[in-house]
Amino acid sequence: MSLRSLSGLLLAGGALLAPGCKREARPLESPSPGAPTLRVAEGVLQPGPTLISDTVEGPYDDNAYGTAMGQQLFVQMNCSGCHSNGGGGMGPALMDDEWIYGSAPQQIFSTIAEGRPNGMPSWKYKLNDKQIWELVAYVRSLSGLTPKGSRPGRMDHMMTSPAPNQTPNAKPKNTGLPNASKQP
Amino acid sequence: MHSFFHPTSPQAHVVTTLWWWMFGVGGAVWLIVVIAMLYAARARRGERGDDGLLHVSESTHHAMERTVIGAGVVTVVILLAFLAYDFSVGEALAQHPDRALTIELTGHQWWWEATYENPDPSKRITTANEIHVPVGRPVQIKLRSADVIHSFWVPNLNGKRDLIPGYVSSQWFTADTAGMYRGQCAEFCGLQHAKMALYIIAEPAAKFDAWLAASATTAPLPTDSATRFGEQVFLTASCAVCHSIAGTPAMATVGPNLTHIASRRTIAAGTLANNRANLTGWIVDPQAFKPGTLMPKSTLQPAELQALIAYLETLK
Amino acid sequence: MTAPDANLPADVTLTDAAIAEEAATLDAVWRDAPGFWGWLTSVDHKSIGKRYLITAFLMFLAGGIEAAMMRAQLARPENAFLGPDRYNQIFTTHGTTMMFLFAVPVMNAMGLYFVPLMVGARNVAFPRLNAFGYWCYLVGVVFLYVSLFVNMGPDTGWTAYVPLSGPQFAPGHRVDVWAQLVTFTEIAALAAAVNIIVTTFKMRAPGMSLNRIPIFVWAQLVVSFMIVFAMPAVATGSTIMLAADRAVDTQWFNPAEGGDSLLWQHVFWFFGHPEVYIIFLPALGLITPIIETFSRRRVFGYSALVLANITTAFFAFGLWVHHMFATPIPELGQSLFTAASTLIAIPTGVQIFCWLVTMWSGRPRFTTAMLFVLGFFFTFVIGGITGVMLASVGFDQQAHDTFFVVAHFHYVLLGGAVLPLMAAFYFWYPKVTGRLLSERLGKWHFWLFVIGVNVTFFPMHILGLEGMPRRVYTYLEPTGWGSLNLLASLGAVVIAISVVIFVVNLVKSYWVGDVAGPDPWSSSGLEWATSSPAPSYNFLHTPIVGSRHPLWEPIADAPVLVGLRTDRREVLLTTTFDARPDSRNHHPNPSIWPLYVALCMGVTFIGSIFSPYFILGGIGLAFIGLAAWAWQSSHPAGHELIAAPEAEPV
Repeated sequence: MSLRSLSGLLLAGGALLAPGCKREARPLESPSPGAPTLRVAEGVLQPGPTLISDTVEGPYDDNAYGTAMGQQLFVQMNCSGCHSNGGGGMGPALMDDEWIYGSAPQQIFSTIAEGRPNGMPSWKYKLNDKQIWELVAYVRSLSGLTPKGSRPGRMDHMMTSPAPNQTPNAKPKNTGLPNASKQP
Repeated sequence: MHSFFHPTSPQAHVVTTLWWWMFGVGGAVWLIVVIAMLYAARARRGERGDDGLLHVSESTHHAMERTVIGAGVVTVVILLAFLAYDFSVGEALAQHPDRALTIELTGHQWWWEATYENPDPSKRITTANEIHVPVGRPVQIKLRSADVIHSFWVPNLNGKRDLIPGYVSSQWFTADTAGMYRGQCAEFCGLQHAKMALYIIAEPAAKFDAWLAASATTAPLPTDSATRFGEQVFLTASCAVCHSIAGTPAMATVGPNLTHIASRRTIAAGTLANNRANLTGWIVDPQAFKPGTLMPKSTLQPAELQALIAYLETLK
Repeated sequence: MTAPDANLPADVTLTDAAIAEEAATLDAVWRDAPGFWGWLTSVDHKSIGKRYLITAFLMFLAGGIEAAMMRAQLARPENAFLGPDRYNQIFTTHGTTMMFLFAVPVMNAMGLYFVPLMVGARNVAFPRLNAFGYWCYLVGVVFLYVSLFVNMGPDTGWTAYVPLSGPQFAPGHRVDVWAQLVTFTEIAALAAAVNIIVTTFKMRAPGMSLNRIPIFVWAQLVVSFMIVFAMPAVATGSTIMLAADRAVDTQWFNPAEGGDSLLWQHVFWFFGHPEVYIIFLPALGLITPIIETFSRRRVFGYSALVLANITTAFFAFGLWVHHMFATPIPELGQSLFTAASTLIAIPTGVQIFCWLVTMWSGRPRFTTAMLFVLGFFFTFVIGGITGVMLASVGFDQQAHDTFFVVAHFHYVLLGGAVLPLMAAFYFWYPKVTGRLLSERLGKWHFWLFVIGVNVTFFPMHILGLEGMPRRVYTYLEPTGWGSLNLLASLGAVVIAISVVIFVVNLVKSYWVGDVAGPDPWSSSGLEWATSSPAPSYNFLHTPIVGSRHPLWEPIADAPVLVGLRTDRREVLLTTTFDARPDSRNHHPNPSIWPLYVALCMGVTFIGSIFSPYFILGGIGLAFIGLAAWAWQSSHPAGHELIAAPEAEPV
């Protein structure tokens, strides 16, 4: 095989595999991504001009390690206490396609950091920005909103629900209401 | 400190003795083989035949047979002898005395959680990375894992035992000499496997009882404004989300228990000596010392950090 | 062979011109197609064997570079050359490369290249399967190294213990790369094993009964059976269990749902222990012909050597729990494995004794190949002795997972497999290339390598017993491990220099080395009865064999095999035990389908990491290739029985 065609093949292969770089990175020492600077909307109804733009990607949405760290934090911060592994209980389900306060990364960041009415605590003085972004990535992966390759597999616990990497992709619906599908 | 060659328990002694026998006999066997090889290499034996090969006499051939069979027999005898010795060592190690002090050790990525059980719940002690044991009393360490497989290994005291999720395993030892014995996790467990050490401090029974009593107490109340502020920082910032200090509302079990942090000789699972500079550096950016550790970088202001350190230093 | 023979059919006369014409005819039938297409479609075992050897050697160099990086990082405490994530990928890839991509393939390669020549066959039994095995191996090599370069290299050790390698603790696809790599190398090893077994049983020269086959062929035969029994275990574990746990939520290793982490260790080590003997036994087999040739003596104890090989192979399957002595398994069970692990030293010891008395009874001549054999005795015995030490449960519980074990297995692998392999390179390089390696460079290579190995790995025994565990990316300064680590790293530099000298020798001698005739060492095996390198058809006329050392004890008048067709690829099959002629077999012409099916396997297994649809697609595409492969085989006159000869010439 000639050197030229070999190097061409290598370049092509490298281009195909470039997405692997981002997914597999372990951002251990990189600086913490900051809180979103855009003002994010909290609901569908907004007085005045529309605030939200959902074009900003969560920094760990396509990163397997960051999403897995989010999975660990979800357990350690006892999110299951209200959200029960994603199925909901006292808190809304996170695995479904209904979002009260929006499914965009910075909307979820805001939800976790600021807290929300009816019981969602504010975490911004308890978790740093990096950790909240990791949780954002994990929460989004629960309903299939992040790339499949970076979603975590099952945990070594009782299987209460399919792992995020088995979850079909879901198109989010911003309903603005808790239990919107159960409203009459 | 952590050398197999300095056994300080009967269990470790019996194995180290076995080692010296194996080393002596094994070394002798190797030497004999090498000498035999050099002797054979310098051989000038055999008559050249018409086929260009060398031929030896019947008696030389018989000598060769006897050598091979003899060497084989000697090998079998030596191996069987060591087999018997191995079994007797195994027998000795399998003795599990009754009066043992039981310590529950749970392996986490990348630190050791230790619990001293007591029928009186107020005397239960939970600590991390540094265990005290009394000299002369059998100790049973019950081993569990919270996440992946780790391995408990303190060479001076006994061999290693794996901590496997889903299993409870046990390791026994009796420290016969007071001292500080270092151990390190001995099963690859991820990014910071290299920095997951623990210390076992064997001390005379009286000192151990004093330590046990002191560890069962709750944290002292802060006395001056700096330490009061520091306690507030601990409880309201992100510390209390993962750590617990007995006697305060902080009761989380995600990270090590810090009730008596100031009396530990090291922090971060044996990675750093426990002094003000290291403690500050560790809190500000744990990733600088143990990249990949689960403790996040702090977001504290300098004044808050100073007060927090002052408070933590009171937790003896 | 140029003398006229009264037993030949009347119309055959062995003039030089007739021989040249016959050679040309055979070559036209047996050679590869021309050009690059010929390279892709080759089914010649020598061509494929050379590829295997070169690729495996490149993997040795790659693994060596990874080792050099590890030693650079560990030379000083708290070194910043490699961070923990990078170090974990490097040490995992080092182990995976050396064990899966170098050690087993290189032994398979030696077998695939030399077994047909040693038994007098024109090719292996299944030439296209041979090619397929190589292409699968190459797919695995490319896959692993491309993954390493895009930060997707596996990072949980070559043993990939769960739960660390499971879905919760190993995010991303790094471990999936490892699991699928195992699949490719396992397919390649199985293909090689099947080929060697059938070639050895059915394609030997007439008269080469089973008790006359060379010791190296015995070793390859025994090891091939081991591969057949051991490899499926690791493939099951990695592909069906671990990859499935990670990708589709099975619960094999999840204790909360009835699975067990220890199950992985049992399944892996049931393969893993035989694996090291799969690497070691062929190396031992390489030693016998070298000692025989340079001592000018037939080896003492042929039967003992054969039985030792077989006994070792059986014992090897009963040792695996000694890798698990630190786990909470019952002590009585552990004792069984202590006994087996101790007693397996006996057959290996017997082999060593037989070799030593063989040398003693002759006049050993120290070419570089023989020097490496001496180096083997010196180095391997240390590793063997530490192995017997590790068989003891009490001692193993101190030394397990420390640098003591690292020292032990490097001594047995480098001393027991790589040194004999290097000896074999010096011995058989002339047969493969037609040129001799430089003895002067060879001696430098030898001394630097043996010294380097001992300086690097001996201190590790002490480090392990001084408390240093394995798989650590760094260590703290107060541990006191710095000076021995530095010494080990300096030894690694010496090894690196010796390997560079070796590479220079290999490359330089190819162009300007002394020309070797067919039999430069006056050796005894059939492979030396043909030119160097062997022609495409291996032997002009297959010699009839009458003894274990055919070239040292030729039959009077040197009878040869005649009568096979020369207008197409035809081989003789002989009976299993006595090698009497049995039937003719039509062998395939060069074919592209092995490469095609291997690429489809690549698509299937690599794609399965990303989506299950690749499995369907890949297998569908492979099916087309398999159908074409089978179509090529269906030739009308494939198989004709020959009438048994009335007179027994031997």
